[in-house]
Amino acid sequence: MTDVKITPELVKEHGLTAEEYDRILAALGREPSITELGIYSVMWSEHCSYKSSRIHLKKLPTKADWVIQGPGENAGVIDIGDGQAAIFKMESHNHPSYIEPYQGAATGVGGILRDVFTMGARPVANMNALRFGEPDHPKTRHLVAGVVEGIGGYGNCVGVPTVGGETNFDPSYNGNILVNAMTVGLADTDKIFYSAAAGVGNPVVYVGSKTGRDGIHGATMASAEFTEDSEEKRPTVQVGDPFTEKLLIEACLELMATDAIVAIQDMGAAGLTSSSVEMASKGGVGFELILDNVPQREENMTPYEMCLSESQERMLMVLKPGREDMAKAIFEKWELDFAVIGTITTTGKLTLKFKGETVGDMPIDSLVDDAPMYDRPWVPTPKRKAVTVPAPADLGKAVMDMIGGPHLSSRRWIWEQYDHMVMGDTIQRPGGDAAVVRVHGTMKGLAISTDVSPRYCYADPVEGGKQAVAETWRNITAVGAKPLAITNCLNFGNPERPEIMGQFVGCLDGMGEACRALDYPIVSGNVSLYNETNGTGILPTPAIGGVGVMADIDCMATVAFEKAGETILLIGETRDELGASLYQKQILGEDDGLPPLVDLGVERRNGDFVRAMIENGQVTTCHDLSDGGLIAALADMAIGGNMGAEITLGETLPLHVQLFSETQARYLVAAEADVAETIRQEAKDAGIPVTVLGKTGGDRLSVNGDALSLALADVRAAHEGWLPNYMAAAE
Amino acid sequence: MKSAVIVFPGSNCDRDMAVALEKITGQKPIMVWHQEYDFPEVDFIALPGGFSYGDYLRCGAMSARSHVMKEVVKRAEAGVPTFGVCNGFQILTETGLLPGALMRNANLHFVCRDVEMTVENTDSMFTSGYKGMDSITIPVAHHDGNYFADTETLDRLEGEGQVAFKYKSDINGAQRRIAGIMNAKGNVLGMMPHPERMIEPALGGSDGRILFESVINSLG
Repeated sequence: MTDVKITPELVKEHGLTAEEYDRILAALGREPSITELGIYSVMWSEHCSYKSSRIHLKKLPTKADWVIQGPGENAGVIDIGDGQAAIFKMESHNHPSYIEPYQGAATGVGGILRDVFTMGARPVANMNALRFGEPDHPKTRHLVAGVVEGIGGYGNCVGVPTVGGETNFDPSYNGNILVNAMTVGLADTDKIFYSAAAGVGNPVVYVGSKTGRDGIHGATMASAEFTEDSEEKRPTVQVGDPFTEKLLIEACLELMATDAIVAIQDMGAAGLTSSSVEMASKGGVGFELILDNVPQREENMTPYEMCLSESQERMLMVLKPGREDMAKAIFEKWELDFAVIGTITTTGKLTLKFKGETVGDMPIDSLVDDAPMYDRPWVPTPKRKAVTVPAPADLGKAVMDMIGGPHLSSRRWIWEQYDHMVMGDTIQRPGGDAAVVRVHGTMKGLAISTDVSPRYCYADPVEGGKQAVAETWRNITAVGAKPLAITNCLNFGNPERPEIMGQFVGCLDGMGEACRALDYPIVSGNVSLYNETNGTGILPTPAIGGVGVMADIDCMATVAFEKAGETILLIGETRDELGASLYQKQILGEDDGLPPLVDLGVERRNGDFVRAMIENGQVTTCHDLSDGGLIAALADMAIGGNMGAEITLGETLPLHVQLFSETQARYLVAAEADVAETIRQEAKDAGIPVTVLGKTGGDRLSVNGDALSLALADVRAAHEGWLPNYMAAAE
Repeated sequence: MKSAVIVFPGSNCDRDMAVALEKITGQKPIMVWHQEYDFPEVDFIALPGGFSYGDYLRCGAMSARSHVMKEVVKRAEAGVPTFGVCNGFQILTETGLLPGALMRNANLHFVCRDVEMTVENTDSMFTSGYKGMDSITIPVAHHDGNYFADTETLDRLEGEGQVAFKYKSDINGAQRRIAGIMNAKGNVLGMMPHPERMIEPALGGSDGRILFESVINSLG
């Protein structure tokens, strides 16, 4: 093997502890080669091995009758009826996006697309969940501009619509932005491809781009905290080529239409290494790879570099014997590399050959099953006390500041840079509660939403975890779809700190509880830890991506008011819940008290009621209540429909509480007076709190006469203006 | 109406164009892969949107020099109705079938939104159905739609009725807010907005449909 001497310093540079290195010695019965050391270091990194999180992830509910494939594959698969499946996953690309925002975000999109089309799906929608530092931080504009351009640059070129997402600003992300990208694809249920390798002697085939020296040790970078010199890590960021990805999608789908593929896996984090190890491990076989055959972009690449490169747009496949020529012809048509680089063996080992020598020979089990698993110490987040949150000095100003501020303002500046209509099936565009994409050639729709409220997760991880799941469920419900399953991106700080681990455990408990109560299992996901800079962690951010289905896209609701004179109804009860609210944080500059309670039974009851109204055609205008409360939702509906509203609120609670409270499980709907009366009666009969608030119409937003009266034109200007004005100030 | 959609590596609105053509003409178009130069005779050739060859070098530059485009140019010059959308428009200017060039949007950002346009010439085979409509709405989605030509060319295009569509407000910095132009004969149209994305109410409107129907009517 190679001559490099393995020193304790070298071991440490690879992010391995002394104990972990001892495990490697025990697994091999000898000292590793440098290539082997590199492979163990990525396979056992937090990013690939989930060593801090695995023990807790096991507790999440992952099953339902409609779940075809839960966590553990490239993406989750659910049955959407009529012989079709939705395949989806969300993944983080946080660390690279902070260092090089354009390429970091772009390759995040590329990676998640590959996870989905690897399984045989044509990607039909991209979503994202983005978190940046405070607007006044000197790096924020640059990062927003780069990330948005990177997501657009990749998704637009590949030709998959980016149909929505969410964007937040908070100082806790100043040194660690979050870029979570989600892809949803469609496949026939009998044409789904998995990664378990099989068939001793079958060829192992490499397709796609050539391997270069980019991204070496990306997975290790993603498993460490940032320090001041993190920008020196720029060479570990990969460079994306969406044009090649587009060709790769078409070539793979063309080959998948034949019966040549036994197993397939994209080369993501840790590239060739993790894809071959995962395929071999799942299939219980060994792999022998001839590294000389790996298509290379640069000269004199070493086995170490080839095994650890994270060059993009590459896939690994196991083919049935004798299908190589047919498969090769397809990839040549698409002008992509195709190389047989190995065979399946019975050894149970990953054997690497280069220039006639064996440069690596590791038991597959030791790379996967022997990876360290830690039950890290954790402490529960202390319970906060309830607080009374006072009224603002100037109600009108508070409302305008919120609607026209960094948190609630329109994200149009972002989503207009994404092609959100390509593929011709975008039925509900960005800006609503959930995006709706028609299932091509049918009347069915997929509804997709990404959500989490990190404020709540920080205040009370359990309630926050519940709320994140419930909010995607509510958003999907609000457009009229039935929520079916979720994916997630669990973004947290350093798990070696017990209070961070406590946030993680708490959020997962809450998520699990919500998933069970709502019949809304988790089918895929990703964990991103060590989102810390110089010892300060981000707000706990378990981003949830939910997917639902509607039977008929003609029975769909949007947030926009449609007609003057319609009755506005509030479904659900409003309580005094201003703790950890946006109002408290933005207007009063405080973050205290209890976040809103998530009563999952009420959530489900209210949501099922609202969905039924949309499905039976009673309602086509609906909006869920979330950040900013009732007034924020009302403003969205008025702006969307370019139509004012006049409402009256009672005196059971102070006016500011009724306007800004973030009580869960609430919806605003608008309908013709007689329909509204029927709905009111039906809600009453079902025991669901319902309140007639007022009427649509006019060019003002008025609450209780003059108590709050705003010209819609001003509200719109503030809402639409904040983000473009903020970004223009940079140029 | 028999139609063909030319597909290059990196085209990504080829399916959208095919779906629109099939829905409106009732006939599936032939999908012509760029290496198949010898495709059957058709009544209508469409160059779809996308990022052919990754938009590397210059949008449309490499496709314009492909073998299949030599054939398309020959047929367009012989009078076959030829229609380029977005990247297809860029390819048409790169081949010289249409004058001018499409530069990076003035604000440097990709833009995807519905835009309102005026139809400047309602006597053409592509636009006759728009007679009497003051304004139509069709979405754009591009990074390089900033139409440029010298003053003399612009004057000639306007004078000869070769400007098909203009944006009602500035979208990308295009000279004289030009969104789509035709050749002198009127059988080649290139435009940045995507009519194939606006063919039914579920997608936000049907103004795009009228363009395809106009072509069908003109062919009798």
